[in-house]
Amino acid sequence: MTHHPSHTIARIITLLILIFNLISCSNNEVETIDYKDSYKLEGGGNLVNAMVGEPSNLIAMIAGDSASSVIAGNIFNSLIKYDEKLNYAPELAEKWDVSLDQKTITFTLKENLFWADGTPLTSEDVLFTWKLVTDPKTRTPYASDYLLVKEASAPNPKTFIVTYDETYAPAIDTWASLHILPKHILKDEDINNTFFSRNPIGSGYYQLDQWISGQQVTLKANTKSSQGPANIKYLTSRIIPDTSSQFLELTADNIDLMNINPIQHQRVFPARKDLEQKINLYKELGNGYTYLGFNLKKEPFNDINVRRAINYAIDKDEVIKGVLLGLGEPVASPYKPGTRWNNANLSPYPYDPNKALSLLKAAGYQKNQSGLFEKDGKVLGFEILTNQNKQREMTAVLVQRRLKEIGIDVTIRVIEWASFINRFIKTGDFNAVVLGWSLSLDPDQYNIWHSSQQGPGQFNFIGYNNKEVDKLLEDGRKELDPSKRQKIYYKFSEHLLSDSPIVYLYAGYGLSAVNKRVQGIKTPAPPAGIYHNSYDWFIPQSLRRNEMAN
Amino acid sequence: MRKIIRNPLALSGLIIIFLILVLALFAPIIAPYDPNFIDIESILIAPSLSHLMGTDGLGRDVFSRMLFGARISLLVGFVAVGIATAIGVILGSVAGYYRGWLDSLIMRLVDIMLSIPSFFLILAVIAFLTPSIWNIMIVIGLTSWMGVTRLVRAEFFSLRQREYVMAAQTMGASDLKIITKHLLPNSLTPIIVSSVLGIASAVLVESGLSFLGLGVQAPTASWGNILTDGKEYIQFAWWLSLFPGMAILLTVLGYNLLGEGLRDAMDPKNNN
Amino acid sequence: MLKYLIKRILWMFPMLIGISLISFFIMHLAPGDVTSNESSFNPKASEESRQKLRELYNLDKPVMVQYGLWLKRIVKLDFGRSFSSHQRPVLWEEKDKNGNITKGLIQESLPITLLINLLGIFIIFSISIVLGTASAIKQNTWVDRSITLFVFVGFAIPGFWLALLLMYWTGVANQWLPISGLHSQGYLSLDLFSQTLDLLKHLVLPVFVSSLSGLAGISLYVRNGMLDVLHQDFITTARSKGLSEKRVIFVHALKNAILPLITIVGLSIPGLIGGSVIAESIFAIPGMGKLFYDSVLMRDFPVIMGILTIGSVLTLFGNLLADLGYAWADPRVRKGIIK
Repeated sequence: MTHHPSHTIARIITLLILIFNLISCSNNEVETIDYKDSYKLEGGGNLVNAMVGEPSNLIAMIAGDSASSVIAGNIFNSLIKYDEKLNYAPELAEKWDVSLDQKTITFTLKENLFWADGTPLTSEDVLFTWKLVTDPKTRTPYASDYLLVKEASAPNPKTFIVTYDETYAPAIDTWASLHILPKHILKDEDINNTFFSRNPIGSGYYQLDQWISGQQVTLKANTKSSQGPANIKYLTSRIIPDTSSQFLELTADNIDLMNINPIQHQRVFPARKDLEQKINLYKELGNGYTYLGFNLKKEPFNDINVRRAINYAIDKDEVIKGVLLGLGEPVASPYKPGTRWNNANLSPYPYDPNKALSLLKAAGYQKNQSGLFEKDGKVLGFEILTNQNKQREMTAVLVQRRLKEIGIDVTIRVIEWASFINRFIKTGDFNAVVLGWSLSLDPDQYNIWHSSQQGPGQFNFIGYNNKEVDKLLEDGRKELDPSKRQKIYYKFSEHLLSDSPIVYLYAGYGLSAVNKRVQGIKTPAPPAGIYHNSYDWFIPQSLRRNEMAN
Repeated sequence: MRKIIRNPLALSGLIIIFLILVLALFAPIIAPYDPNFIDIESILIAPSLSHLMGTDGLGRDVFSRMLFGARISLLVGFVAVGIATAIGVILGSVAGYYRGWLDSLIMRLVDIMLSIPSFFLILAVIAFLTPSIWNIMIVIGLTSWMGVTRLVRAEFFSLRQREYVMAAQTMGASDLKIITKHLLPNSLTPIIVSSVLGIASAVLVESGLSFLGLGVQAPTASWGNILTDGKEYIQFAWWLSLFPGMAILLTVLGYNLLGEGLRDAMDPKNNN
Repeated sequence: MLKYLIKRILWMFPMLIGISLISFFIMHLAPGDVTSNESSFNPKASEESRQKLRELYNLDKPVMVQYGLWLKRIVKLDFGRSFSSHQRPVLWEEKDKNGNITKGLIQESLPITLLINLLGIFIIFSISIVLGTASAIKQNTWVDRSITLFVFVGFAIPGFWLALLLMYWTGVANQWLPISGLHSQGYLSLDLFSQTLDLLKHLVLPVFVSSLSGLAGISLYVRNGMLDVLHQDFITTARSKGLSEKRVIFVHALKNAILPLITIVGLSIPGLIGGSVIAESIFAIPGMGKLFYDSVLMRDFPVIMGILTIGSVLTLFGNLLADLGYAWADPRVRKGIIK
């Protein structure tokens, strides 16, 4: 019996159609819920979210990963916090007083603070935590801010006093990010290697309920919380490394909350009414930005005309439109648009290829036969390095296209993070990078821009050197008066923009998709973001997932 | 050859490979757009007459990227397998011909290589060399020669006992001559079969590397990185994953069917 | 025979040294160490503190010295602790002075990978034997060809793509199976039977996807082995004795055709512990592949070395078992070895 090849081909085609059907068959049978405009607040329920990596260590001063700090943030408290408008607000401390010479801060703790195990929380715990973070044996990368404290004391259970050698303006901010740890549990433990890091006892809204390695971390509302009770009883964080899988879980209702990307936000949701029906989307500007940074110690970037030319040649709106589908803002200073420190009088370099061309000519470059700029026989070209991040890669591609158009030869190289930092950034062996800074809320950026911070492993790796900026950064650290500080950082931003050591590309929106069963989320997002009141969120009984337990 | 044509599976494999090779070869003529032409006004457009396979996240034409990607993906396959086969044939010949301690040494090396996961080696190589398509080929080649080595060695073991080899030896022919004139030509069939199958694996490895972000660098298109880009939008922009997925499937299938067909055709048992 | 065995086992030591030396150097040639993960690129984290970390982990010492230190510990079977901030033991659980147990990384990941791979191998072998035999009996018919086509399609389809399609189809479009993970929410409150059922449901897709790509190799092996055997004298003899064709095929031929599979089982032992990072990422399964990949990206040297060491020991034993198994199965080889 012989067989004709067409039979095989027919079978392949059948298979093709089968697979095609598999993809395109959409789900219309799911019952739809009619959501009410408002619900009565009901405690309880389980909020499931997804994260790409497992937290390593819930002691935030030791852990370096974001997964850990997210979970630890629900378990521990700091002395103070930022409120929804990003002003300082009481957390464990009910007030803090700065001395007249501006070198001493006295924190007064609230009444009736308890650890989750029932032990009272006192200023002894705060002092213990400070000693821990400054102990040279503690493996923490965050000690430097706290080492500036000359003297710390806890004269009574409610008072904690720190004295600095000289005025340090970011000091208050540092006390908003140090989680206070329980002395009674940790005093005889090796903080670097303790059972506590996976079994913490804190004072925050939640306490650890169950941690299944590599799979999920479940938190339970802490009845002794220093801030009053949280509404949702359980917070479950599932570890799902692949974001495509996370999205499938979200659409199947198995997780309530995840971060999504611009395409999902702008294209997938509008096209899928069934998703829009049950999932709310939120966007909020993050406190960070993406930039193209030049190695200022190298040709041709030591020439300000070249840097400005490149800045003019890049169409930032196009990058925002192409990479973020419009979900981003152009920036002209290293501060979040709309905040106190951002100098709103500054505007980004407009897209102006003609200006770029004339600047390059002013810098002594001529076009050669192949249409590329050239000086002294050397073609104007460079390599953009970036790490494995889809958005940065796409950004680099768009930048490459625009620069090629005006006659600059650009190549792109995408590198895995650890190699990127150690092989290229630390050694200064790079031309240009597409990277991002995510910043703390204090305006101090001494570590990034001061000319003294150029050593290997320090953060002024692009080699920015401007005496006036140095002076401003030094002054900014000593000035506590907000309006005077604001002037200093306005001036600093002007210098940065005019020197163009980096090209500001965009500040992207953080995008979250949250199932509508989660109620009480403030919209539009306040400056501090939607998560700042997550303890006020609730899941009405009628909307809860039918789970085997809880 | 006639046996291949009579074997419908092998024949369809051959046709698939031929078609894809033609498409890859004439990509610049067939492709309606520059594969790297960005058009942010037409991001993620579904397949239509102007974009046969739709557009991707930067508005690039997927059909054109698939055609140019075919060149990259096939090139990765060919070069990687070429490297692996060259290493395998040399080491396998030495081990199989000289035996003794050389054989032991080489076979232990094979064992060592087999017990170090290849993606670990790939990361290491990326650390030394700039990641580029050539280095990806080299890495895949350097981590997949062990099978060919074992195969050639085994062939030589059995061929060495044949009369004509013994005769050549007594005639005083040099080792190199015996290996290249007598032993290798007679081991060619399994080597070819394993190379054909190897190309299939290399194409799959490339897509796996892309998934891990270690594949071909942007903005160059390969099937692996088009597919990886598309996996995020499998429910929405289905064209971004369907076409590269099918292309990889068909290519790998084609090489496998051809390889298996060759093996069958060369096998004396199948002469009934 | 015994001499051969001893020689093979003795060979393992220099090989283990070789493997560990090669891996150690490759690992250290890759730029970066554990202090350079993404979140440490934070202006609040100072370089001095990172340098301090490096000294604590001996990362400032020459590579040879570090290798010496590692070797010294490993001969005492001390795999050390992870460099990552959780400091967990690499291999096995440890108890602190208060009796709290911290589980080892490999201890937690290995059983999961082992379970998936054992299920996978069982499925691959049973289906392959059926398909391969059917293919051989019906050589060059449409049965043979459909089977060949099917197993090759299974091999050729990019695994993560198929996985996502199946997850969508069985998990979102039709809610038949869970999408990812190993357990449902609240599975701890279930009885043992329901827990097992829950786990099995979660394993259906990962095991299916990983098995599919393995079918081609084994079933063709069985097919070709079967064809070999069917042409051999003893089968002809058996036929001529008037034994039924069924008996000839299923008793005499099949037995001889699948014996060489023992070799393959031996060779797949190391594969049993090496999970697939792609499948594990997609299905959110905390197995060995993901552990190894994350460790490489984190430059978590003790974990990398721990996994490579255990992997290579198993590979070497697997190879040995494969050879011995083959010798046991095939008298001709056995004689060759004794000689």
